[in-house]
Amino acid sequence: MPAAGYLGKPTSRVDGRAKVTGTAKYAAEYDVPGLAHGFVVSSAIAKGRITTIHTADALAVAGVLDIFTHEHRPKLASSDEAYKDEVAPPGSPLRPLYDDRILFSGQPVALVVAEEFEIARFAASLVRVEYEHEAHVTDFEAQRERATVSKQDEDPTPSTARGNPAEAFERAAVRVNGQYRMPVEHHNPMEPFAATAVWEDDDRITVFDKTQGAQNSRNYVADVLEMPRDRVRVLSPYVGGAFGAGLRPQYQLLLAVLAARALKRSVRVTLTRQQMFTLGYRSANIHELALGADSDGSLVSFRHHAVGMTSRFEDFQRDFVHWSSLLYRCENVELGQSLVKLDQNTPCDMRAPGGAEGAYAIECAMDELAYAAKLDPLELRLINYSDKDQIEDRPYSSKQLRECYRQGAEKFGWSDRNPQPRSMRDGNELVGWGMATGIWEAMQVPASAKAVLTANGNVEIASATADIGPGTYTWMTQLAAEMLGVPLENVTAKLGDSTLPDAPVEGGSFTTSSVGSAIHAACRAVQRELLGLAQKMAGSPLAGAKLDDVVFAEGKIRYKQDESREVSVADAMRAGKAERIEKAASAAPNGDSKYSHYTHSAVFAEVKIDEQLGVIRVTRMVNAVAAGRILNPKTAASQILGAVVGGIGMALHEETVTDQRFGRFVTRNLADYHVPVNADVHAIDVIFVEEKDEEINPLGVKGVGEIGIVGTAAAIANAVYHATGKRVRDLPITLDKLMRD
Amino acid sequence: MARPSSAARTGLEKIPTPAKVTVTLHVNGVERKLTIAPWTTLLDALRLYLDLTGTKKGCDHGQCGACTVLVDGRRINSCLTLAVMKDGAQVTTIEGLAQGNALHPLQQAFIEHDAFQCGYCTPGQICSAAGLIAEGRVQTADEIRELMSGNICRCGAYPNIVAAIEAVMFGKATDRSGATGR
Repeated sequence: MPAAGYLGKPTSRVDGRAKVTGTAKYAAEYDVPGLAHGFVVSSAIAKGRITTIHTADALAVAGVLDIFTHEHRPKLASSDEAYKDEVAPPGSPLRPLYDDRILFSGQPVALVVAEEFEIARFAASLVRVEYEHEAHVTDFEAQRERATVSKQDEDPTPSTARGNPAEAFERAAVRVNGQYRMPVEHHNPMEPFAATAVWEDDDRITVFDKTQGAQNSRNYVADVLEMPRDRVRVLSPYVGGAFGAGLRPQYQLLLAVLAARALKRSVRVTLTRQQMFTLGYRSANIHELALGADSDGSLVSFRHHAVGMTSRFEDFQRDFVHWSSLLYRCENVELGQSLVKLDQNTPCDMRAPGGAEGAYAIECAMDELAYAAKLDPLELRLINYSDKDQIEDRPYSSKQLRECYRQGAEKFGWSDRNPQPRSMRDGNELVGWGMATGIWEAMQVPASAKAVLTANGNVEIASATADIGPGTYTWMTQLAAEMLGVPLENVTAKLGDSTLPDAPVEGGSFTTSSVGSAIHAACRAVQRELLGLAQKMAGSPLAGAKLDDVVFAEGKIRYKQDESREVSVADAMRAGKAERIEKAASAAPNGDSKYSHYTHSAVFAEVKIDEQLGVIRVTRMVNAVAAGRILNPKTAASQILGAVVGGIGMALHEETVTDQRFGRFVTRNLADYHVPVNADVHAIDVIFVEEKDEEINPLGVKGVGEIGIVGTAAAIANAVYHATGKRVRDLPITLDKLMRD
Repeated sequence: MARPSSAARTGLEKIPTPAKVTVTLHVNGVERKLTIAPWTTLLDALRLYLDLTGTKKGCDHGQCGACTVLVDGRRINSCLTLAVMKDGAQVTTIEGLAQGNALHPLQQAFIEHDAFQCGYCTPGQICSAAGLIAEGRVQTADEIRELMSGNICRCGAYPNIVAAIEAVMFGKATDRSGATGR
C-alpha cells in the first residue's frame, strides 16, 4: 500500500473538538419540536404474570399523554424471528410490553409518556402493578449442578478432547486443581441507554438511538413494528460507551418508537442508571481446572470445565475454555462448558466475552502450576508455548507472543522478582508481582463502505459502523487520507447512520479489520479510476503504470520508481471532466485460510497491599500487545489503557449482587457497583510489539478493543498471591477475602 | 389499544403538578430566565430547557460526576441541586469554557493527551479539572487522582486525564502511562 505517512502515526481524534466542547450530541440530546418524554416502569418481581396494571392515577396527572402497557399498545410482531437481531443468541427474545409474562426482575412493564420529563417520572411512580408471583430461581451457585450443555454447543468438535487427560493427570509429577469464580458484572457505560424517536408521518420514523449498530437497531425496530425497513432510519453518530451493552437493540428503542407512532409525535425514552442494571450483563462463571505437568514443567494434562448462566428464554454462551489449546502445548486435554438457566435477563457480550473469563481462570491455574513446579511463571509459559492452534490443527498467520513476553518482562523489570511469596515489601505494604497471558480472536466479518472524491480535493468516507469510543472516525480519516493522498482535514468520515453502506455492529475487535478492508477496497477503486484518468491525458507521465507502481500523496499520483513522473489529482479529474468519483465496495474474510488468527498479549502487574488493612493498590502495569498493524498508536494505546482499567475493576471491584429472596440485582447504582475511579489507577505502560501479518487482511490489522482486558485480572490476582501468599480464586479480590482465614 | 387515549379523557379530574416558578441563571455569562417546575434539577434545566446538552446525565445521583458544572466558580454535581436553589447564580458549563474558536487549555490538553474515548464523561471531567485548578490545593499527580475521583470514566482514560491536567497545571505530564515511544 502507498505510504503518505498518516497510518501508524499517533493522531489526535478528529472528533476530539466536538467532544471537549460539548457539541457532540448523544442519543438523548436532540431537541426536536413537540418532543414528549417517556419513563419506563420496571417489573418488581422476577417471575410470574401481571394481573392488573392500575394506570388511572398516573393518567390523571396533568401533562401525561398516555401510558403504554401490554394491554394498551400498538400492534407488535408475533413471531420470534421479528425480534431476533443480528447478534441474538438461540432462543426466544424478550418482547417488551408484549404480554403479561414476567421473565426477570426489572423487565419493562409500562411506559409513561408526558409533556415533560419530570411529569413522566412522577406519573410513573403512581403506576401500580399487581402480579401473580411464581417461584423464581436466580441463585447461580445453587443451580450449578443443573447446568446443561447449551444449544450452541450440542455438537462439540472432537478436538475439545485429546489423548487421555485423566490417566495423564494421575501420573503427572506436578498437579494442581482449583475452582475459579467471577460474579455478574454490568457494563455501565457512562451514557445511559436512550432513544429519541422523531415522528415524521405515519410511514416514516427517524431515531437517534444508543447502539453499537445503527442497522441492527433499524432492522429490529422495523421488523417488530412491521414497518418496511427503508422507512426507518437509525442514527448514532456519538455513543457514550457501550462495551457490548449496545450490540443488541435495547428496549428504550422499541418503546420510544412505539410511543411516537401511537401518539404521532416525537418521543424520547432514557433509562435511569438503575434500569441500566436490567439490561444484559457479563454472566457469572465458575471454572474447574486440573493441570498436570512433568517435573520440567511440560504440561501433560489440561482439563477445564466452565459453567455460565443464561436466561430461561435464550441460550447465551461464549467460549470460556478453548483458549488454553491455543496457548499451551498439551497432548491430553478435556474441555467443556455448560449453562445454568435462571429467571434473569439474558447475558450479553461484555468486553472480551468468554476470553476475559477463561483467561482469568487459565492464567491463575498456570500461576499455581508454576509455584508447584518451582518455576518462574513466565518460564512455564515459554516451556509450553504453542506455535499451533491445537483445536483447528493449523498454524497462526502471525504470533509475536514470545516477543510480548520478552518486551513486557524487560519493561516491567520481571527479572528482579524474588519468586518467594511475601518476600518483597515497601514500608508497611507487601509488594507482589504477577503476570498472565492474553489472547483474543482476530476476526473479520463482511462490511461495505463508500468513498467519494470531489474535484476540490475533499474526500468523504462512509460506512454504517459505529464509534463507541475506540476512534473509528479517526482511523477511517487516516486511511482515506493515506490512500488518496489528501490532508486529514480534507477527509470527512461518516458512520452511525443506517442509510450508509452496510456494516456489522461495532464489536469483537473486528471493526478495523472488517470496515477497514471495505474502505481499503473503495479507496483502491477510486485510485484505479484516477490513474485511468491520468493516463488518458495527452503525453501522460504515468502512461503504462499499474496501480501498484504509483503512490498517491500530496494531491499527486506519482511513479514510485521515478518521483518526477507525476500527475496532480486535480488535473486528472479536470482532464477527465470528473466532478466527483464515487466508489462503493465490500470486503469479506478470506474463507479458505490455512491459518488461525489471534491477537496476543503479555500482562505484568505490581500490587502493593497494606499488611494490616488488606487494602490493595495496583501500582504498576505493563501490557505488551501483538495485534498486527496499529493504524493509530495514540487511540490504540487508549483502547489498551481503558481495557486494563476494566481489568482492574474485574480483579478488585466489580460485582453485581443478587438478592435471592426477590431474584433481583440490588447493587444497582455506581456507589454499590464499584467501577475503578481515578485514584484506583496508577502507571500503565502499553507496548505494541511489531507484528507483520500479510495474510490476515489487506491492512494487516487485528483489532485492539478486547485484548487489553484479557489476562489483566489474572495478572493482578497472581500479584496478590505473590504479595500475600494467599490465593483468592473468587473475584473480585476484596479485602475481606484477603483477611479471611 | 383497548383504552381511550388521553384526548378522550379530558373530562377527568387531573392531579396537578407543581406550579412553575421563574428562575434566573447567568449561564456562561448570559442571563437566562426560565419558567420551570421547582422539582427541576439544575442538570435538567440546562439540558432540557436551555438545550445545553454538553453537561451530561450519567447517574442522576451524584455518583458519577458527568454533570459537573461550575457554580459561582465551584465545581458541583448539577444533578444534586435544584435549579431554583441557584437563582441568580453564575453557572459555567462546558459550552462556556472556550473563548470563541480558541479552546480552553484543558480542552486542548484533553485532545492532545487523548484523555477521553467515548466523550460522555469528558465535559464533566474538564469542568471538574477547571474547578480543581481554581481550588489551588493540588501539588502532585497523586493528588490529582484523588481529587478527580468524583468523575468516573468507564472508558478508563484516567492516566491520560491526569496527564492532561498535569500538562495544564505544571506545563508537562509526569505520568508515565501510555504507549511506549508515543
